[in-house]
Amino acid sequence: MINIKDLSKRYGKKNVVEKVSLTIQPGTITSFIGPNGAGKSTLLSMVSRLLEADTGEVLLDQNNVKKWKSDEFAKRVSILKQSNFMNVRLTVRELVSFGRYPYSKGRLTDIDEKHVDQAIDYMNLHDMEDQFIDELSGGQKQRAFIAMVIAQDTDYILLDEPLNNLDMKHSVQIMKILRKLVDELGKTVVIVLHDINFASVYSDRIVALKDGKLVKNGPTSEIINSASLREIYDMDIPVQVQNGCRICVYFNSHG
Amino acid sequence: MRKNSLKLITLFILAIISILLYAFYDIKGGFDYAFPRRVLKIAAMVVTGVAISYATVVFQTITQNRILTPSVMGMDSMYGVVQTLIYFFAGSMSVWVVNKYLNFGAAIIAMVLFALILYRFLFRSDKHPIYLLLLIGMIIGTLLGSLVTFMQVLIDPVEYLGLQSMLFASFTKVKAELLYIAIAILIVSFIYGFRIMSKLDVMSLGRENAMNLGVNYDRMVMNILILSSVLIATSTALVGPITFFGLIVANLSYQFLVTYKHSILILGASLISIIALVGGQFLVEHIFELRTTLSVIINFIGGIYFIYLLLRESRAAK
Repeated sequence: MINIKDLSKRYGKKNVVEKVSLTIQPGTITSFIGPNGAGKSTLLSMVSRLLEADTGEVLLDQNNVKKWKSDEFAKRVSILKQSNFMNVRLTVRELVSFGRYPYSKGRLTDIDEKHVDQAIDYMNLHDMEDQFIDELSGGQKQRAFIAMVIAQDTDYILLDEPLNNLDMKHSVQIMKILRKLVDELGKTVVIVLHDINFASVYSDRIVALKDGKLVKNGPTSEIINSASLREIYDMDIPVQVQNGCRICVYFNSHG
Repeated sequence: MRKNSLKLITLFILAIISILLYAFYDIKGGFDYAFPRRVLKIAAMVVTGVAISYATVVFQTITQNRILTPSVMGMDSMYGVVQTLIYFFAGSMSVWVVNKYLNFGAAIIAMVLFALILYRFLFRSDKHPIYLLLLIGMIIGTLLGSLVTFMQVLIDPVEYLGLQSMLFASFTKVKAELLYIAIAILIVSFIYGFRIMSKLDVMSLGRENAMNLGVNYDRMVMNILILSSVLIATSTALVGPITFFGLIVANLSYQFLVTYKHSILILGASLISIIALVGGQFLVEHIFELRTTLSVIINFIGGIYFIYLLLRESRAAK
């Protein structure tokens, strides 16, 4: 269980995250939504230890994440950020194998190889496992990185805008895979999303941030309604139900 | 993988050939005189080459680029500053010059401090574009250079001659007494290196990915920065500054051995350095008959290669 308590982060005079407290429910997909600059990515970075919080704490199984040993933490929580610029030339399989580093420290065992195979299977990367990462399209690259995180086999998977630069087909594909990870393997996924419809259709819970503060936190059905969305985005967003999915229609040709 | 071991074996054979050629070519009558001297020079070149290669590859991994090297960022100039300061304030007869170990120690400490300060301001905060870093590096280098020149013109000309011989790269006047300590430093660095090779591989994925995989990134960066400045200080103290050398061998190694594994990259770069230094020195002594020096050739070729890399990088950026 991940508990976030009174977490704050300032950059200069600006409070990027301000006294956020929440609990990540195990075995769910939790989406972080909110306008640009709401502090979603910063919050995710603090939970995953990439960034140190100014005040407050993050607890993983009742222990402060700062107290966890780096390699033990890496077996429990994984994070994937938006930018993945690399100088090195790696094949897809080599990249995915890096996901086993917390376990193998660079020497892959048979069990590690099996996990790598499974991750590649899961992300449908078989055809391109020997291709170099820098030769792939944006979507393929993103899938390769997610495969690495799957190979890492952590209980918690944190993803910072994994749908960035992806077309609809690949976005849906990735969300379905995340759903499978939760439903079949019992993982817990926390994801920063910009498109509220992806959040609405695929996630169990939604956490909404605005100006660094937590404004909403609850099951998806309680958040995706016009009143709550107005509070989060300052926009009138009608919600329509289609095939059992709540779709937010935020396009309006009349201005 | 198989291809790479073949390439490494080829490099290894070429390195051995260079060493044998240099050691035995045209040795004639004065074997007892010439051979030990040649061995000493070879040892110095091997140590220098390996130290520079190792330092450059790990430096480029932690700074996430393939153009900046410790030397290009002004580490070499720092060596000049330390030596000039010593000659300026203490004089050539002082213990700081006469005692080679003290001199060496002072240079190492100053260069490590310089590297840490540089890192603190340039690489730690948000990512700066590489051209800005390069420009800052050049400005720092020029600033230190001007400072050194200013002090040098004030020094007694006789003293200056002594200083000058320390600041020019030369493989013909190796400081033998420093060789043993340099070898010791190299061995210690490699023992440390073996323990962190796989961490270095992970670190080439970038800070966030490396931290995700459980590498204590910020602490490792600090350790590696100190490691690479000690290595550069060692090679500079041994033969003097050769600015572009690290850049050439590291990049040739990346191009030749397409891999992310640091054990292979560092080994490759080291072998290439040995070929370039020992083979190059052989050419200088026996073909050019000492009409030029190796460091001039290296900086000439290295400079051209540097411009090529910059142009390629700017094209890739578009």
